[in-house]
Amino acid sequence: MTALRSDRKRPPAKPETARPSRRRLTGLGLPIYVALALVFLLIPIAYTFVFSFNDSVKSNIAWRGFTFEKWLTVCNEPGLCEAFGNSILVGVVATVLATALGTAIAIALVRYRFRFRSSISLLLFLPMATPEVVLGAGLAAQFLALGTQKGIVTVILAHTMFCISFVVVTVKARVASLDPALEEAGRDLYGSAAQVFWRITFPLLLPGILAAALLSFALSFDDFIITNFNSGAVDTFPKFIYIAAARGIPAEANVIASAVFILAILIVVVAQVSRSARQKKLAKLN
Amino acid sequence: MKTMSTFAEAGADLEFVDISKRFPGFTAIENLNLTIPAGSFFALLGPSGCGKTTTLRLVAGLEEPSAGRILIGGNDVTNTKSFQRPVNTVFQSYALFPHMTILENVAFGLRRRKIDDPLGKAHEALRLVELDHLAARRPAQLSGGQQQRVALARAIVNRPALLLLDEPLGALDLKLRRQMQLELKSIQTEIGLTFLHVTHDQEEAMTMADIVAVMNKGEIEQMGAPEQLYELPRTAFVANFLGQSNLFTGQVTDSGADSITVDVAGRGIVVPRTRAQRHAGEVTIGVRPEKLLLHTEAPTTGAGINILGPGRVTDVSFSGVSTSYIVQIPGLGAVTVFAQNMVFGPVVNEGAEVWVSWTVDHGFGLEDEPTTGSRFPADASTSAIAIQRRAALETELEGA
Repeated sequence: MTALRSDRKRPPAKPETARPSRRRLTGLGLPIYVALALVFLLIPIAYTFVFSFNDSVKSNIAWRGFTFEKWLTVCNEPGLCEAFGNSILVGVVATVLATALGTAIAIALVRYRFRFRSSISLLLFLPMATPEVVLGAGLAAQFLALGTQKGIVTVILAHTMFCISFVVVTVKARVASLDPALEEAGRDLYGSAAQVFWRITFPLLLPGILAAALLSFALSFDDFIITNFNSGAVDTFPKFIYIAAARGIPAEANVIASAVFILAILIVVVAQVSRSARQKKLAKLN
Repeated sequence: MKTMSTFAEAGADLEFVDISKRFPGFTAIENLNLTIPAGSFFALLGPSGCGKTTTLRLVAGLEEPSAGRILIGGNDVTNTKSFQRPVNTVFQSYALFPHMTILENVAFGLRRRKIDDPLGKAHEALRLVELDHLAARRPAQLSGGQQQRVALARAIVNRPALLLLDEPLGALDLKLRRQMQLELKSIQTEIGLTFLHVTHDQEEAMTMADIVAVMNKGEIEQMGAPEQLYELPRTAFVANFLGQSNLFTGQVTDSGADSITVDVAGRGIVVPRTRAQRHAGEVTIGVRPEKLLLHTEAPTTGAGINILGPGRVTDVSFSGVSTSYIVQIPGLGAVTVFAQNMVFGPVVNEGAEVWVSWTVDHGFGLEDEPTTGSRFPADASTSAIAIQRRAALETELEGA
């Protein structure tokens, strides 16, 4: 017995002495690093949020006291709510258009073989790779050449254009992972082309399509460069902030920025909670 | 279509007329003519890449033929869409809709055709496959065997005139596969539909089907009842794909009224004339391994008995029910013998000198010669093409 025990003790002795020193190093280093990184990332957001409660008069740089007033009277700031409304309108319309078109393109690229398929696939990457300044200026030149009046329509067109690429890339991955046999089974079970699409393909692609739509909206909502080239007299929220920055951003802008941020966080939290609830339900069924 | 809104009363004939299917780069099916009688369990058997799945997809309407016509119950369906055909498929991957419950999966076809009480009928179909208690679950929560049964229920609930099965048992383990084979067969007898079953498993085809068609390189090599195919294969491919065979090639030395005699390594082997496809010149004859008898002493020659040997036993493998011996006969090569284990253990050991004999009536004569090289020349399969291309490219690069 004794011989056995001493034999057994020897091999693990080495790693045990080696491990603690390493663990202590990472044990201190990593949390500090993470904390610093988080602080660095969160400072601008925290600043925006805190200063939305600032009782500012003209510029919103110095802290002048706490107030809820700006949250209650956001739209009193001239042009702000209009710009925000424009951004929402552009974002929603461009997202709907880009998502519909991009989804159709993604399905075509994965499911069908046609001429110029690979070149189309490649060309779709171009708007993502091209610098926004070039894209915006190029589009502006085209609208000028066509004699189009710049306004909300041109902004929507421009946003739809660059959002399509992102939608195609996102949805394509989802389509590629979809077993073609599922659609064949739908056709085999007396589903017409439209029924197969709406009852099988679309519901199964929906998570990918939703992700693509959220991405599109986010990209459209905070786009400044392309918008600035193509919007003419119309203001969007980023454009309003940019212009306002020259004479001091009003606290109302912080209010909207904070509200959007909180809304985004809420959406993510709700999605996560409902998903884990559904998983728990599934696990219980098993 | 009028027939669409009602259930098929009985199975329907399926007819292929001069069907060809060409894909870019290769031909999957060439001039296929085939009639599957109503109410039969028909198995299409062949190695991968032989065109059997393509045949099935042509019937389902998932592929269009390059030429020819397809008739179901006498109606030409060649130009109709998949969803207009009175046909349902059980897919190899089952293809259950992951976002629907089992019940909704089964009711899908009924709902599309606007048939009364889809849920009631779906429950009924699930009861038939003994899965009604899982109706509320999703496909991902079911085991492979359960999914397979749901796929079957989803197809038969529509009472198609023709049910297509695309290797539906391939993903199941042996025991489950046996169980499902029996279940499928009993369901087919119960509801009397025409089943077209595609498989590469010869045992599955033989145990389940009334008629088996052996397919190779886009053509049907031989068709018939399983025992007929097994006992009297017409080609070397069938002789080897359906079970095992000992094949010998030699010149016909004597051609009588009832039998032909073939010179095999100096011995005259007799084959009944009616069981031989060719009666003159060089022919290939064969005999199944289980028809052979092993002798440790030279057996007495007599009418009605073929004898080969002596040879040496080079391999003995015991498999429970039977033992398989490989006997090397000089000038002839290896001969396989399956012997029932009537006594404990093998009768002879490795190295023993033996003779083999069989009754003349058990031999058969083929219409072709065994091809040299691969036993399953699947040069029509996509992977084979890829391999060929790569080999061609490599030789080209070496030459440069």
